[in-house]
Amino acid sequence: MTWDAIDIGLMLAKIAVLFFIILTLAAYLVLAERRILAWMQDRKGPNRVGPQGMLQPLADLIKMLTKEDLIPAAADRVLFAVAPAMASIPAILTFAIIPLAAPETIFGHRVSMQVTDLDVGILFFLALSAIAVYGVALGGWASNSKYALLGSIRGLSQLISYELSMGLSIVPVVMLAKSLRMSDIVNAQAEMPFIVYQPLAFVIFLVSILAECRRIPFDLPEAEGELVAGFHTEYSGMRFGLFFVGEYINIIGLGALASLFFLGGWRGPLLPPIVWFFVKVTAFSFFFIWVRGTLPRLRYDQLMHLGWKFLTPLALVNILVTGWWLSLR
Amino acid sequence: MSLLSDIQAILTGLAITFSHIFRKPVTVSYPEEKRPMPERFRGSIVLTRDPDGEERCVACYLCSGACPVDCISMAAAETPNGRRYAAWFRINFARCILCGLCAEACPTLAIQMSSEMFPCKRDVMNMLYEKEDLLIDGTGKDPNYNFYRHAGIGVVTPRGANPDEHPPVDVRTILP
Repeated sequence: MTWDAIDIGLMLAKIAVLFFIILTLAAYLVLAERRILAWMQDRKGPNRVGPQGMLQPLADLIKMLTKEDLIPAAADRVLFAVAPAMASIPAILTFAIIPLAAPETIFGHRVSMQVTDLDVGILFFLALSAIAVYGVALGGWASNSKYALLGSIRGLSQLISYELSMGLSIVPVVMLAKSLRMSDIVNAQAEMPFIVYQPLAFVIFLVSILAECRRIPFDLPEAEGELVAGFHTEYSGMRFGLFFVGEYINIIGLGALASLFFLGGWRGPLLPPIVWFFVKVTAFSFFFIWVRGTLPRLRYDQLMHLGWKFLTPLALVNILVTGWWLSLR
Repeated sequence: MSLLSDIQAILTGLAITFSHIFRKPVTVSYPEEKRPMPERFRGSIVLTRDPDGEERCVACYLCSGACPVDCISMAAAETPNGRRYAAWFRINFARCILCGLCAEACPTLAIQMSSEMFPCKRDVMNMLYEKEDLLIDGTGKDPNYNFYRHAGIGVVTPRGANPDEHPPVDVRTILP
Protein backbone atom coordinates (compact mmCIF):
# COMPACT_ATOMS: atom_id res chain seq x y z
CA MET A 1 0.00 0.00 0.00
CA THR A 2 1.43 3.33 -1.00
CA TRP A 3 0.89 6.29 1.23
CA ASP A 4 0.12 9.69 -0.17
CA ALA A 5 -0.89 12.95 1.47
CA ILE A 6 -4.61 12.23 1.26
CA ASP A 7 -4.18 8.84 2.93
CA ILE A 8 -2.21 10.36 5.78
CA GLY A 9 -4.70 13.22 6.10
CA LEU A 10 -7.62 10.82 6.17
CA MET A 11 -5.89 8.70 8.78
CA LEU A 12 -5.23 11.72 11.01
CA ALA A 13 -8.81 12.92 10.52
CA LYS A 14 -10.11 9.48 11.48
CA ILE A 15 -8.00 9.43 14.62
CA ALA A 16 -9.13 12.93 15.60
CA VAL A 17 -12.81 12.19 14.98
CA LEU A 18 -12.56 8.88 16.84
CA PHE A 19 -10.87 10.58 19.79
CA PHE A 20 -13.61 13.18 19.93
CA ILE A 21 -16.35 10.55 19.66
CA ILE A 22 -15.05 8.23 22.35
CA LEU A 23 -14.20 10.96 24.84
CA THR A 24 -17.63 12.57 24.39
CA LEU A 25 -19.32 9.20 24.62
CA ALA A 26 -17.39 8.29 27.75
CA ALA A 27 -18.25 11.63 29.38
CA TYR A 28 -21.92 11.24 28.61
CA LEU A 29 -21.90 7.59 29.60
CA VAL A 30 -20.91 8.75 33.09
CA LEU A 31 -23.88 11.12 33.09
CA ALA A 32 -26.19 8.44 31.66
CA GLU A 33 -25.06 6.01 34.30
CA ARG A 34 -25.72 8.44 37.11
CA ARG A 35 -29.15 9.35 35.79
CA ILE A 36 -30.28 5.83 34.93
CA LEU A 37 -29.06 4.47 38.25
CA ALA A 38 -30.96 7.32 39.91
CA TRP A 39 -34.14 6.46 38.02
CA MET A 40 -33.77 2.82 38.99
CA GLN A 41 -33.58 3.93 42.62
CA ASP A 42 -36.57 6.30 42.25
CA ARG A 43 -34.31 9.35 42.40
CA LYS A 44 -33.73 12.08 39.84
CA GLY A 45 -29.97 12.16 39.49
CA PRO A 46 -27.86 15.15 38.44
CA ASN A 47 -30.20 17.56 36.62
CA ARG A 48 -28.96 20.98 37.66
CA VAL A 49 -26.04 21.79 35.35
CA GLY A 50 -27.59 22.74 32.02
CA PRO A 51 -30.88 21.38 30.69
CA GLN A 52 -31.51 17.95 32.22
CA GLY A 53 -27.93 17.97 33.54
CA MET A 54 -26.46 17.82 30.03
CA LEU A 55 -23.46 19.96 31.02
CA GLN A 56 -22.65 17.85 34.09
CA PRO A 57 -19.65 16.12 32.40
CA LEU A 58 -18.13 19.55 31.77
CA ALA A 59 -18.64 20.53 35.40
CA ASP A 60 -17.09 17.23 36.49
CA LEU A 61 -14.10 17.85 34.24
CA ILE A 62 -13.56 21.33 35.68
CA LYS A 63 -13.84 19.92 39.18
CA MET A 64 -11.33 17.15 38.48
CA LEU A 65 -8.84 19.49 36.83
CA THR A 66 -8.93 22.06 39.60
CA LYS A 67 -8.57 19.54 42.42
CA GLU A 68 -5.32 19.07 44.23
CA ASP A 69 -3.18 16.34 42.73
CA LEU A 70 -2.19 14.42 45.85
CA ILE A 71 0.69 11.97 45.81
CA PRO A 72 1.04 10.01 49.06
CA ALA A 73 4.42 10.40 50.75
CA ALA A 74 5.08 6.66 50.71
CA ALA A 75 4.07 6.20 47.09
CA ASP A 76 6.37 5.18 44.25
CA ARG A 77 6.12 8.49 42.42
CA VAL A 78 6.97 7.33 38.89
CA LEU A 79 4.69 4.30 38.84
CA PHE A 80 2.01 6.29 40.63
CA ALA A 81 2.06 8.83 37.81
CA VAL A 82 2.22 6.24 35.03
CA ALA A 83 -0.53 3.89 36.26
CA PRO A 84 -3.60 5.99 35.32
CA ALA A 85 -2.28 6.32 31.77
CA MET A 86 -1.61 2.58 31.70
CA ALA A 87 -5.25 2.06 32.55
CA SER A 88 -6.77 4.43 30.01
CA ILE A 89 -4.42 4.19 27.00
CA PRO A 90 -5.15 0.49 26.20
CA ALA A 91 -8.86 1.26 26.47
CA ILE A 92 -8.51 4.06 23.91
CA LEU A 93 -6.18 2.02 21.67
CA THR A 94 -8.79 -0.74 21.39
CA PHE A 95 -10.85 1.62 19.24
CA ALA A 96 -8.18 1.57 16.55
CA ILE A 97 -9.48 -1.77 15.26
CA ILE A 98 -13.21 -1.10 15.63
CA PRO A 99 -15.03 -0.42 12.36
CA LEU A 100 -17.72 2.18 13.04
CA ALA A 101 -19.51 1.87 9.70
CA ALA A 102 -19.38 0.42 6.22
CA PRO A 103 -16.42 1.51 4.03
CA GLU A 104 -17.13 4.69 2.06
CA THR A 105 -15.49 6.23 -0.98
CA ILE A 106 -14.06 9.71 -0.29
CA PHE A 107 -11.87 11.62 -2.84
CA GLY A 108 -11.73 8.47 -4.92
CA HIS A 109 -10.20 6.54 -2.03
CA ARG A 110 -11.91 3.60 -0.48
CA VAL A 111 -11.95 4.55 3.21
CA SER A 112 -12.72 1.98 5.85
CA MET A 113 -14.42 3.51 8.86
CA GLN A 114 -11.80 2.24 11.26
CA VAL A 115 -8.38 3.59 12.05
CA THR A 116 -6.56 0.44 11.03
CA ASP A 117 -7.80 -2.90 9.80
CA LEU A 118 -5.18 -5.16 11.34
CA ASP A 119 -5.08 -8.73 10.07
CA VAL A 120 -4.53 -9.78 13.71
CA GLY A 121 -7.27 -7.54 15.06
CA ILE A 122 -8.54 -9.91 17.74
CA LEU A 123 -5.02 -10.66 18.96
CA PHE A 124 -4.41 -6.92 19.19
CA PHE A 125 -7.54 -6.54 21.31
CA LEU A 126 -6.60 -9.43 23.59
CA ALA A 127 -3.08 -8.04 23.99
CA LEU A 128 -4.43 -4.62 24.92
CA SER A 129 -6.86 -6.00 27.46
CA ALA A 130 -3.95 -7.91 29.00
CA ILE A 131 -1.86 -4.71 29.13
CA ALA A 132 -4.77 -2.90 30.79
CA VAL A 133 -4.21 -5.12 33.82
CA TYR A 134 -1.01 -3.14 34.46
CA GLY A 135 -3.00 0.01 35.20
CA VAL A 136 -4.81 -1.72 38.03
CA ALA A 137 -1.77 -3.61 39.29
CA LEU A 138 0.70 -0.72 39.22
CA GLY A 139 -1.84 1.80 40.53
CA GLY A 140 -2.48 -0.32 43.60
CA TRP A 141 1.15 -1.24 44.10
CA ALA A 142 2.53 2.28 43.70
CA SER A 143 0.01 3.77 46.14
CA ASN A 144 1.69 1.88 49.01
CA SER A 145 -1.61 1.57 50.83
CA LYS A 146 -3.18 -1.60 52.14
CA TYR A 147 -6.57 -1.05 50.50
CA ALA A 148 -5.06 -0.18 47.16
CA LEU A 149 -2.76 -3.20 47.29
CA LEU A 150 -5.60 -5.56 48.17
CA GLY A 151 -7.65 -4.07 45.36
CA SER A 152 -4.91 -4.50 42.81
CA ILE A 153 -4.20 -8.09 43.89
CA ARG A 154 -7.85 -8.90 43.44
CA GLY A 155 -7.88 -7.02 40.15
CA LEU A 156 -4.88 -8.92 38.83
CA SER A 157 -6.24 -12.37 39.54
CA GLN A 158 -9.75 -11.46 38.40
CA LEU A 159 -8.68 -9.88 35.12
CA ILE A 160 -6.32 -12.75 34.27
CA SER A 161 -9.00 -15.35 35.04
CA TYR A 162 -11.67 -13.69 32.98
CA GLU A 163 -9.27 -12.87 30.15
CA LEU A 164 -9.13 -16.62 29.62
CA SER A 165 -12.85 -17.21 29.31
CA MET A 166 -13.21 -14.06 27.22
CA GLY A 167 -10.52 -15.19 24.80
CA LEU A 168 -11.95 -18.70 24.61
CA SER A 169 -15.44 -17.37 23.92
CA ILE A 170 -14.16 -15.44 20.88
CA VAL A 171 -12.50 -18.52 19.40
CA PRO A 172 -15.78 -19.89 17.90
CA VAL A 173 -16.30 -16.49 16.27
CA VAL A 174 -12.88 -16.74 14.68
CA MET A 175 -13.64 -20.31 13.62
CA LEU A 176 -16.85 -19.19 11.93
CA ALA A 177 -15.32 -16.10 10.28
CA LYS A 178 -12.04 -17.91 9.48
CA SER A 179 -10.16 -14.66 10.14
CA LEU A 180 -8.84 -12.48 12.95
CA ARG A 181 -9.47 -9.33 10.92
CA MET A 182 -12.35 -7.20 12.19
CA SER A 183 -13.72 -6.33 8.76
CA ASP A 184 -13.78 -10.03 7.80
CA ILE A 185 -15.68 -10.86 10.99
CA VAL A 186 -18.28 -8.22 10.22
CA ASN A 187 -18.53 -9.37 6.61
CA ALA A 188 -18.97 -12.99 7.70
CA GLN A 189 -22.12 -11.91 9.52
CA ALA A 190 -23.71 -10.46 6.39
CA GLU A 191 -26.56 -12.99 6.32
CA MET A 192 -26.81 -13.93 9.98
CA PRO A 193 -25.21 -12.43 13.11
CA PHE A 194 -23.10 -14.93 15.04
CA ILE A 195 -25.32 -14.69 18.11
CA VAL A 196 -27.68 -17.06 16.31
CA TYR A 197 -24.97 -19.73 15.96
CA GLN A 198 -23.18 -18.94 19.20
CA PRO A 199 -25.63 -17.88 21.93
CA LEU A 200 -23.54 -19.63 24.59
CA ALA A 201 -20.33 -17.90 23.49
CA PHE A 202 -22.22 -14.60 23.55
CA VAL A 203 -23.34 -15.13 27.14
CA ILE A 204 -19.84 -16.16 28.23
CA PHE A 205 -18.35 -13.15 26.46
CA LEU A 206 -20.89 -10.83 28.07
CA VAL A 207 -20.18 -12.10 31.59
CA SER A 208 -16.45 -11.99 30.93
CA ILE A 209 -16.48 -8.38 29.71
CA LEU A 210 -18.47 -7.39 32.77
CA ALA A 211 -15.63 -8.81 34.83
CA GLU A 212 -13.04 -7.40 32.45
CA CYS A 213 -14.10 -3.81 32.97
CA ARG A 214 -14.52 -4.34 36.72
CA ARG A 215 -18.21 -3.60 36.88
CA ILE A 216 -20.73 -4.74 39.45
CA PRO A 217 -21.24 -7.69 40.10
CA PHE A 218 -17.49 -8.18 39.51
CA ASP A 219 -16.18 -4.91 40.94
CA LEU A 220 -14.02 -6.57 43.57
CA PRO A 221 -10.89 -4.52 42.72
CA GLU A 222 -12.85 -1.38 43.68
CA ALA A 223 -15.41 -2.77 46.14
CA GLU A 224 -16.19 0.51 47.86
CA GLY A 225 -17.94 -1.31 50.68
CA GLU A 226 -14.84 -3.27 51.62
CA LEU A 227 -11.75 -1.56 50.20
CA VAL A 228 -12.63 2.17 50.29
CA ALA A 229 -12.08 2.51 46.54
CA GLY A 230 -9.75 -0.41 45.86
CA PHE A 231 -6.78 0.21 43.60
CA HIS A 232 -7.51 3.93 43.11
CA THR A 233 -8.00 4.73 46.80
CA GLU A 234 -5.04 7.11 46.90
CA TYR A 235 -5.77 8.84 43.61
CA SER A 236 -7.33 12.25 43.36
CA GLY A 237 -7.96 14.94 40.79
CA MET A 238 -7.34 14.20 37.13
CA ARG A 239 -5.31 11.05 37.85
CA PHE A 240 -8.43 9.56 39.36
CA GLY A 241 -10.31 11.03 36.39
CA LEU A 242 -8.09 9.07 34.01
CA PHE A 243 -8.88 5.79 35.77
CA PHE A 244 -12.51 6.75 35.68
CA VAL A 245 -12.58 7.75 32.01
CA GLY A 246 -10.56 4.67 31.14
CA GLU A 247 -13.16 2.48 32.79
CA TYR A 248 -15.98 4.06 30.82
CA ILE A 249 -14.08 4.00 27.53
CA ASN A 250 -13.48 0.35 28.27
CA ILE A 251 -17.22 -0.20 28.67
CA ILE A 252 -17.91 1.42 25.31
CA GLY A 253 -15.04 -0.44 23.65
CA LEU A 254 -16.05 -3.84 24.98
CA GLY A 255 -19.68 -3.13 24.10
CA ALA A 256 -18.58 -2.25 20.58
CA LEU A 257 -16.53 -5.46 20.34
CA ALA A 258 -19.44 -7.54 21.63
CA SER A 259 -21.66 -6.07 18.95
CA LEU A 260 -18.97 -6.67 16.31
CA PHE A 261 -18.37 -10.29 17.30
CA PHE A 262 -21.95 -11.38 17.86
CA LEU A 263 -24.46 -8.84 16.56
CA GLY A 264 -22.95 -8.06 13.19
CA GLY A 265 -21.38 -4.71 14.04
CA TRP A 266 -22.69 -1.96 11.79
CA ARG A 267 -24.86 -4.36 9.79
CA GLY A 268 -28.60 -3.95 10.09
CA PRO A 269 -31.68 -3.30 7.99
CA LEU A 270 -33.12 0.11 7.01
CA LEU A 271 -31.02 2.43 9.19
CA PRO A 272 -27.58 3.65 8.06
CA PRO A 273 -24.66 1.51 9.34
CA ILE A 274 -23.27 4.11 11.77
CA VAL A 275 -26.67 4.43 13.44
CA TRP A 276 -26.96 0.67 13.81
CA PHE A 277 -23.53 0.53 15.34
CA PHE A 278 -24.28 3.24 17.86
CA VAL A 279 -27.64 1.69 18.71
CA LYS A 280 -25.89 -1.59 19.50
CA VAL A 281 -23.12 0.05 21.52
CA THR A 282 -25.66 2.12 23.45
CA ALA A 283 -27.70 -0.98 24.16
CA PHE A 284 -24.63 -2.72 25.58
CA SER A 285 -23.75 0.34 27.66
CA PHE A 286 -27.29 0.43 28.99
CA PHE A 287 -27.05 -3.25 29.81
CA PHE A 288 -23.89 -2.58 31.84
CA ILE A 289 -25.63 0.18 33.78
CA TRP A 290 -28.73 -1.94 34.19
CA VAL A 291 -26.75 -4.83 35.65
CA ARG A 292 -24.98 -2.42 37.97
CA GLY A 293 -28.34 -1.18 39.21
CA THR A 294 -29.57 -4.71 39.83
CA LEU A 295 -27.00 -7.18 41.07
CA PRO A 296 -25.00 -7.27 44.30
CA ARG A 297 -21.26 -7.85 44.36
CA LEU A 298 -20.05 -11.45 44.24
CA ARG A 299 -17.92 -12.88 47.00
CA TYR A 300 -14.33 -13.43 45.94
CA ASP A 301 -14.44 -17.23 45.94
CA GLN A 302 -17.70 -17.14 43.99
CA LEU A 303 -16.01 -14.95 41.41
CA MET A 304 -13.12 -17.37 40.99
CA HIS A 305 -15.47 -20.33 41.04
CA LEU A 306 -17.58 -18.85 38.25
CA GLY A 307 -14.56 -17.99 36.14
CA TRP A 308 -12.46 -21.16 36.45
CA LYS A 309 -14.93 -23.92 37.16
CA PHE A 310 -17.83 -22.74 35.04
CA LEU A 311 -17.14 -20.24 32.26
CA THR A 312 -13.75 -21.52 31.11
CA PRO A 313 -14.77 -25.22 30.79
CA LEU A 314 -18.03 -24.17 29.18
CA ALA A 315 -16.16 -22.06 26.63
CA LEU A 316 -13.81 -25.00 25.91
CA VAL A 317 -16.75 -27.35 25.36
CA ASN A 318 -18.33 -24.72 23.14
CA ILE A 319 -15.18 -24.60 21.01
CA LEU A 320 -15.18 -28.39 20.66
CA VAL A 321 -18.85 -28.46 19.70
CA THR A 322 -18.34 -25.65 17.20
CA GLY A 323 -15.39 -27.48 15.67
CA TRP A 324 -17.38 -30.67 15.41
CA TRP A 325 -20.28 -28.82 13.80
CA LEU A 326 -17.97 -27.02 11.34
CA SER A 327 -16.34 -30.32 10.36
CA LEU A 328 -19.77 -31.79 9.59
CA ARG A 329 -20.79 -28.87 7.44
CA MET B 1 -31.87 -27.11 39.06
CA SER B 2 -30.04 -24.36 40.85
CA LEU B 3 -28.53 -22.86 37.68
CA LEU B 4 -31.96 -22.25 36.17
CA SER B 5 -33.32 -20.76 39.38
CA ASP B 6 -30.23 -18.52 39.60
CA ILE B 7 -30.78 -17.28 36.06
CA GLN B 8 -34.44 -16.75 36.82
CA ALA B 9 -33.51 -14.76 39.94
CA ILE B 10 -31.16 -12.53 37.95
CA LEU B 11 -33.78 -11.94 35.25
CA THR B 12 -36.44 -11.11 37.87
CA GLY B 13 -34.08 -8.57 39.43
CA LEU B 14 -33.36 -7.03 36.04
CA ALA B 15 -37.10 -6.76 35.32
CA ILE B 16 -37.75 -5.04 38.65
CA THR B 17 -35.01 -2.45 38.21
CA PHE B 18 -36.14 -1.82 34.63
CA SER B 19 -39.71 -1.17 35.76
CA HIS B 20 -38.43 1.34 38.30
CA ILE B 21 -36.92 3.50 35.53
CA PHE B 22 -40.42 4.63 34.59
CA ARG B 23 -41.60 5.35 38.11
CA LYS B 24 -42.03 8.87 39.34
CA PRO B 25 -39.00 9.81 41.46
CA VAL B 26 -39.70 10.45 45.11
CA THR B 27 -37.18 13.30 45.14
CA VAL B 28 -38.49 16.80 45.88
CA SER B 29 -36.37 19.48 44.19
CA TYR B 30 -36.36 21.59 47.30
CA PRO B 31 -36.02 25.29 46.57
CA GLU B 32 -38.36 25.12 43.55
CA GLU B 33 -40.97 22.76 44.93
CA LYS B 34 -41.83 22.46 48.58
CA ARG B 35 -43.73 19.78 50.37
CA PRO B 36 -46.77 20.96 52.33
CA MET B 37 -45.67 21.14 55.94
CA PRO B 38 -47.75 20.15 58.96
CA GLU B 39 -49.58 23.04 60.64
CA ARG B 40 -47.32 23.11 63.68
CA PHE B 41 -44.09 22.67 61.78
CA ARG B 42 -41.31 24.85 63.20
CA GLY B 43 -40.04 26.45 60.03
CA SER B 44 -38.95 29.91 61.09
CA ILE B 45 -39.33 32.48 63.85
CA VAL B 46 -41.61 35.53 63.74
CA LEU B 47 -42.25 38.45 66.06
CA THR B 48 -45.97 39.01 66.57
CA ARG B 49 -47.97 42.07 67.56
CA ASP B 50 -50.64 42.45 70.25
CA PRO B 51 -54.32 43.00 69.32
CA ASP B 52 -53.77 46.76 69.27
CA GLY B 53 -51.08 46.41 66.62
CA GLU B 54 -48.15 47.25 68.91
CA GLU B 55 -45.02 45.13 69.15
CA ARG B 56 -45.39 42.48 71.82
CA CYS B 57 -41.68 42.16 72.44
CA VAL B 58 -40.50 43.80 75.66
CA ALA B 59 -36.82 43.04 75.05
CA CYS B 60 -36.47 40.95 78.21
CA TYR B 61 -33.60 38.85 76.73
CA LEU B 62 -35.22 35.59 77.88
CA CYS B 63 -35.33 34.18 74.35
CA SER B 64 -31.71 35.12 73.84
CA GLY B 65 -30.85 33.43 77.14
CA ALA B 66 -32.84 30.31 76.30
CA CYS B 67 -31.35 29.94 72.84
CA PRO B 68 -28.96 26.95 72.86
CA VAL B 69 -27.01 28.21 69.86
CA ASP B 70 -26.98 31.92 70.77
CA CYS B 71 -28.52 33.06 67.54
CA ILE B 72 -30.77 35.80 68.99
CA SER B 73 -29.45 39.19 69.93
CA MET B 74 -31.18 42.50 70.68
CA ALA B 75 -30.90 45.83 72.50
CA ALA B 76 -33.61 47.02 74.89
CA ALA B 77 -35.05 50.53 74.80
CA GLU B 78 -37.93 52.32 76.48
CA THR B 79 -40.50 54.72 75.12
CA PRO B 80 -41.26 57.95 77.09
CA ASN B 81 -44.37 56.32 78.53
CA GLY B 82 -42.30 53.50 79.97
CA ARG B 83 -43.10 50.76 77.48
CA ARG B 84 -40.08 48.58 76.72
CA TYR B 85 -39.25 47.52 73.19
CA ALA B 86 -36.32 46.15 71.23
CA ALA B 87 -34.27 48.89 69.60
CA TRP B 88 -32.93 46.23 67.28
CA PHE B 89 -33.62 42.52 67.20
CA ARG B 90 -31.62 40.09 65.13
CA ILE B 91 -31.87 36.37 64.52
CA ASN B 92 -29.06 34.56 62.74
CA PHE B 93 -30.90 31.86 60.82
CA ALA B 94 -27.60 30.39 59.73
CA ARG B 95 -27.20 29.23 63.34
CA CYS B 96 -30.82 28.77 64.36
CA ILE B 97 -31.75 25.12 64.89
CA LEU B 98 -35.48 25.86 65.09
CA CYS B 99 -35.79 24.16 68.47
CA GLY B 100 -38.56 26.49 69.66
CA LEU B 101 -37.02 27.14 73.09
CA CYS B 102 -37.19 30.91 72.50
CA ALA B 103 -40.90 30.74 71.83
CA GLU B 104 -41.34 28.71 75.02
CA ALA B 105 -39.32 31.19 77.05
CA CYS B 106 -41.12 34.29 75.80
CA PRO B 107 -43.32 35.77 78.56
CA THR B 108 -45.28 38.02 76.21
CA LEU B 109 -45.88 35.53 73.34
CA ALA B 110 -44.01 37.92 71.10
CA ILE B 111 -41.63 35.42 69.59
CA GLN B 112 -43.41 32.50 67.95
CA MET B 113 -42.59 29.68 65.59
CA SER B 114 -44.01 29.89 62.09
CA SER B 115 -44.68 26.96 59.78
CA GLU B 116 -43.27 28.91 56.85
CA MET B 117 -39.71 27.80 56.12
CA PHE B 118 -37.14 30.56 55.71
CA PRO B 119 -35.43 30.39 52.31
CA CYS B 120 -31.89 29.07 52.01
CA LYS B 121 -29.29 31.56 50.79
CA ARG B 122 -25.81 31.16 49.41
CA ASP B 123 -24.30 33.99 51.49
CA VAL B 124 -24.36 33.55 55.24
CA MET B 125 -24.75 37.30 55.76
CA ASN B 126 -28.10 37.11 53.98
CA MET B 127 -29.34 34.76 56.66
CA LEU B 128 -29.30 37.51 59.29
CA TYR B 129 -32.87 38.60 59.88
CA GLU B 130 -33.52 42.02 61.44
CA LYS B 131 -36.60 43.08 63.40
CA GLU B 132 -38.28 44.47 60.28
CA ASP B 133 -37.92 41.08 58.55
CA LEU B 134 -39.24 39.19 61.56
CA LEU B 135 -42.23 41.34 62.51
CA ILE B 136 -45.58 40.18 61.15
CA ASP B 137 -48.86 42.02 61.25
CA GLY B 138 -50.89 39.35 63.01
CA THR B 139 -51.07 38.18 66.58
CA GLY B 140 -50.00 34.64 65.99
CA LYS B 141 -51.44 31.81 68.02
CA ASP B 142 -53.14 33.74 70.88
CA PRO B 143 -55.12 36.54 69.19
CA ASN B 144 -56.51 38.17 72.36
CA TYR B 145 -53.46 38.11 74.56
CA ASN B 146 -52.10 41.53 75.43
CA PHE B 147 -49.25 41.49 77.92
CA TYR B 148 -49.55 45.12 78.98
CA ARG B 149 -53.27 44.73 79.67
CA HIS B 150 -52.33 42.22 82.36
CA ALA B 151 -49.07 43.58 83.71
CA GLY B 152 -49.71 47.17 82.83
CA ILE B 153 -46.19 48.19 83.59
CA GLY B 154 -45.26 51.62 82.32
CA VAL B 155 -47.83 51.94 79.63
CA VAL B 156 -49.93 54.62 81.32
CA THR B 157 -48.76 57.70 83.14
CA PRO B 158 -49.13 58.13 85.95
CA ARG B 159 -48.11 54.57 86.75
CA GLY B 160 -50.61 52.31 88.43
CA ALA B 161 -53.59 53.62 86.50
CA ASN B 162 -54.16 50.33 84.63
CA PRO B 163 -57.53 48.64 85.09
CA ASP B 164 -56.55 45.94 87.60
CA GLU B 165 -53.69 47.85 89.22
CA HIS B 166 -53.36 49.86 92.41
CA PRO B 167 -51.67 53.25 92.31
CA PRO B 168 -48.08 53.21 93.61
CA VAL B 169 -47.72 53.78 97.31
CA ASP B 170 -45.14 56.14 98.78
CA VAL B 171 -43.68 53.82 101.42
CA ARG B 172 -42.67 56.69 103.69
CA THR B 173 -46.31 57.58 104.26
CA ILE B 174 -47.05 54.21 105.79
CA LEU B 175 -44.08 54.07 108.11
CA PRO B 176 -45.05 53.45 111.73
